[in-house]
Formats: sequence, C-alpha cells, structure tokens
Amino acid sequence: MKAAAPLKPQAAARRKSRFWHTFFQQKYLYLMSIPFVLWVFVFSYLPLWGWTMAFQKFKPKKSFLDQDWAGLQYFRELFHDDQFFQALRNTLAMSVMGLVAGFIIPIVFAILLNEVRIGILKRFVQTISYLPHFVSWVVAAGIVTKMLSTDNGAVNDLLVGLHLISEPIQFSGKGNLFWTIVTASDVWKETGWNTIIYLAAIAGIGPELYEAARVDGASRLQQAWNITLPGIRSTIIVLVIISIGHLVSIGFEKQFLLGNNLVRDYSQTLDLYALNYGLGMGRYSFGTAINIFNSVVSVILLFAANGIFKKITKESII
Amino acid sequence: MKAGLFSSGTPWSDRAFDFVVYLVIALVTVITLYPFLNVLAISLNDSTDSVRGGITIFPRQFTLKNYETIFAFSGLITGLKISLLRTVIGTVLGLISASMLAFTLSRVDFQGRRFVSTFLALTMYVSGGLIPTYILIKDLHMIGTFAVYVLPGLVSAFNVFVIRSFIDGIPYALQESAKLDGANDFTIYWRVILPLTKPALATIALFLAVGQWNSWFDTYLYNGSKDHLTTLQYELMKVIQSTTTNADSFRGRNMTEVMAQISPESVKMAITIIVTVPILIVYPFLQRYFVKGMTLGAVKS
Repeated sequence: MKAAAPLKPQAAARRKSRFWHTFFQQKYLYLMSIPFVLWVFVFSYLPLWGWTMAFQKFKPKKSFLDQDWAGLQYFRELFHDDQFFQALRNTLAMSVMGLVAGFIIPIVFAILLNEVRIGILKRFVQTISYLPHFVSWVVAAGIVTKMLSTDNGAVNDLLVGLHLISEPIQFSGKGNLFWTIVTASDVWKETGWNTIIYLAAIAGIGPELYEAARVDGASRLQQAWNITLPGIRSTIIVLVIISIGHLVSIGFEKQFLLGNNLVRDYSQTLDLYALNYGLGMGRYSFGTAINIFNSVVSVILLFAANGIFKKITKESII
Repeated sequence: MKAGLFSSGTPWSDRAFDFVVYLVIALVTVITLYPFLNVLAISLNDSTDSVRGGITIFPRQFTLKNYETIFAFSGLITGLKISLLRTVIGTVLGLISASMLAFTLSRVDFQGRRFVSTFLALTMYVSGGLIPTYILIKDLHMIGTFAVYVLPGLVSAFNVFVIRSFIDGIPYALQESAKLDGANDFTIYWRVILPLTKPALATIALFLAVGQWNSWFDTYLYNGSKDHLTTLQYELMKVIQSTTTNADSFRGRNMTEVMAQISPESVKMAITIIVTVPILIVYPFLQRYFVKGMTLGAVKS
C-alpha cells in the first residue's frame, strides 16, 4: 500500500484524509485498544529487546550504550557447559513423557467416560476429575510429596500393604524416578481437564454411525475403537501438533516444586537452569542466552509442527 | 440403550466392557479425591496423634487446634489479604482489558484491527523469557510493589481471542441499531456487548481469578523479602519446600513458634486446605461456564 503513494500523490492524500476522517469517527475504538497495545509493547515486546543482553557483558547499573559487547561468548560458554546438556536432556525427556501420557490417558478416559450411561454419575465423575486442574502447583506438589512420603504416605502404605515392597521407598531422593513422578503428577492434575475437548469432539459424532454399527452387531468396544476413536482423530492431530510446538517450553514450576538437591541432575530443566545459574548468580547475560536458545528452539519446533500440519490438513494453526 | 447396567440380554463382551468402564472411573475418582480427603483429615487431626500414622479420610482425634495455632501465630492473615486483593484487582483489570480489546477486534470496520490483532497474537508465540522480564520489572522500579502482581500480565492475548470469538457470534444488527439511536462505540461496548458477553466473561473471570490466586512465582521472584506483600501460595510454598523444621525460611519467628506447638506435617496440611478452600467455594458456581469457554477457546486457538 505504501509503495503506491509516490506515484499518485493526490490519491495518497485522499486516502490519508480518509484515514484521519475514519480515525476520528472510530476514536472510541482507538481509545479502547491503543492503551492496551502500548501495555503489551512494554511488557511483552520490551523484554525481547532485552535479548541484546546475551551479546553484552551486561551490568545492571550501566546504560545500553555503555555496556561492553561480548559477541557470542555466552553462547560458546553455554554449549561447553555439561549442565546445559543435562538440562536440555531433562527438558526433552519430561516433555516427551508428558506429551505421550498427556495424550493417551485423557483420550482413553474420555472414551470410557463417554460410555457411562448414567447421566448423573457421568457429571459427578467429570466434576471431580476437573478439580485438581484448579489447585495450584504448590498445593499439588505438597499433596504429591505427602502421598509419596516415607512416613505414612499413601503410596508407600499401599505398596507395603500389598506386600509389593518390604521397606517404604524414599521417592523424593530417587533421581531416576523423578521424571516419572513429574509425569504422574501432571496426569493426576490435568487428565480430567484435558478430557473436556475430547468429550466435546465425541459429542459431535453422528449417532447414526453407532446406530448402523449396532445393526451390524458391533460390540461396544468395537464401536469405541472403530467409530469414537476415528471420530476424534482430527482433534487429536491438532492438539498433538500444538503440543510439539511447546515441547521445550515446559517451564520449571513442577520441577522447582517437586525437586530438591538430591535429584537436581534429573529435575533441572532449561528454565530452571536459567533461573539458578543465570538470575540466581547474577549472570544476567548467560541466563538470557539460555532463554534465547529456548525461545528459538520453540519457534523452530512450532513452525516445523505447523508445516507438518499443513501437509496433512491444508490448514495452518499459526 | 436405556437398558440398565448388566441387564440380561446384553452380550458378555459388552458386560465386560461396562465392567472395565465403571472400574476405571471408580479408580480415577478415588485417586483424584483421596489425596484431598487425606490432607483434610490430617489437618483436622490432633498433631501428636497424626505422627502415629494410619489416618485415611477421617480424623482420629478431631481438633481445630492446627488451624487456630496457624492463624494465631503466623503472618498468614497478611498473606490472605494480599492474595484476595490481587485476585479481585487482577480479575477486574484483566476482564476490562480483554473485553475492550475483544470488542475492538470484533469490529470489522475498525481500521487498526489487523495491526492490533497481529501485534497481540505474536505474544502467544514469542516471549522475552525470565531474565529480560526480570530486568524490565527492575528498571520500572516495580520490585517490592503490589503492582507487580497485576500489571505485567494485564493483557492476555488468549483471553482476548476467546471473548472475541464469542462477540463474533452476536448479531451485528444490534450494534447498528444502537448506533442509529445515537450511541457511540463506548456506549455500545458498555450497554450492548458487555451484558450479552456474560457467559464468556464468567469463564475468563474464572481463569483470571484462579490464575491470580494460584500464582506464587512472582512473589518468589520480586517480593520474597517483603513480608507485607507475600501471598498465601508463597507462604505455603516455603513451608512445603522446607523439609526440616529449620525456621530460617519461615516468616520470622512466628512460624517457629507454630512448629513448636504442632508438627510441621500438620502445618503443611492445614495451610494446604486453607489455600484450596476458596477454589472449592467458587468452583461449583462457575463450573457450568468453563466447559463452554474451554471448548470455545481450544477450537479457536
């Protein structure tokens, strides 16, 4: 649009005056949006400018121009740090485990819940299952820690009671169990909530399909497998692809709250690494380099996932 | 279809399937509910008796002493006040910003629509990250203030788009007829759009309120040393994170006294319940809205 302006100055002027005319007509719309746009600029876009810190020897007291430039020094440091690769491994491991469990279990649960014919029971179970989604991770972590504790924790009590183990397991100190604990906690907290979208998709499947299957003598299990599951296939694909885009941005909340020094080798994610070794030690530039790595990988994954999605469905999700 | 559970005439495979279905949902219900009931029971049980173990979902020696001690000695009341305040203010401001932006974006004739929409949408995919945000908040002198709880996250692109897709479903003729009656765009927003958007607003209000009530990391990062600004979640986080009775990490000497009177375990359980109860109170009222809102939002994004 701008390129056309020098060719036809009169038309441009007219368009300009029309713009201001509409601008004044829509002054309330501008008043209701521009302040928030500025807000977003400050709190969401200015931090992106802060990425320059990763290329400087950033000192908080100095102004931007007075900082010494460091080039890629901090990225080199990062890629030579064993902790970084450990954090990357932990992040990927926990996100892949979360992705797999976080899809299969809610889908199975939604299909089973859909088979409950007693309306009031179905609603009751749904209401209960959404509940953990609304408590904070602080509460959830406290509950999980209590359930797994060696003195009177429910899980140890149960395992000992069933004679599966003779001594209570100290879950909080076992690094190799940490990923499983995080994944299981996530499943406990979010399964119910994640079924909502699948139940909505299941509700959209035409009843005539089930009708026809029944006439053909299909059992309920066969109906679930051959009608319900394919019926929600497209929903599942969309959600999987969105999740792939968020693979490395799993954050640190669960790991921060459920982890401790004993399991640090398994609990430290990229974000937690940035928090502990960047912010915690005042190494702002180094920490920002971690943040940048994380964001860049996220965006690449998002575009890759979107590309695959486009191939499959000819639609874009971005 | 209407036939009852396990009625005769159903093939055995369907009966087995039903058995699995009801077994699984029973298990899920127990696994979800038991931890909450267990924590509640311990919080209501005599602290010295709890150490013996074996408490399931009923208290063995019922007492309210754990709660009384916590409220009498610690700074929990301040935490409660700050948590309530940030929930109310954060929700109201978040609703205003999201609904206003959603309204302007729903107007096809709005000149700035494309720009604002793209500008907002980008924030869902790229973020500056932890440290640049921390430096920004520091430069804005917001560390150690209440404002840091409500201002940085004021505008949420996701919420804007959920409300907009709801407004898109309201016939535009309503706005036009209001315009003919001489209403300006703000009046249309306030008098026509807002009342009709209530279900979407209720959903977003729930998300905002729960998010505010549940957040602890901003307190940890920015206000951890400010005793008058810490929130309930943060206090609970500190108690849970401390594995020993070492009082250093607790709010002043107060919590040490509490720990001396009742066991750390009982303190943790009681605070967990205190933090969870407000969620339980609003939950049933808003439940009918959020399923709708969730589906709407998910389909759109």
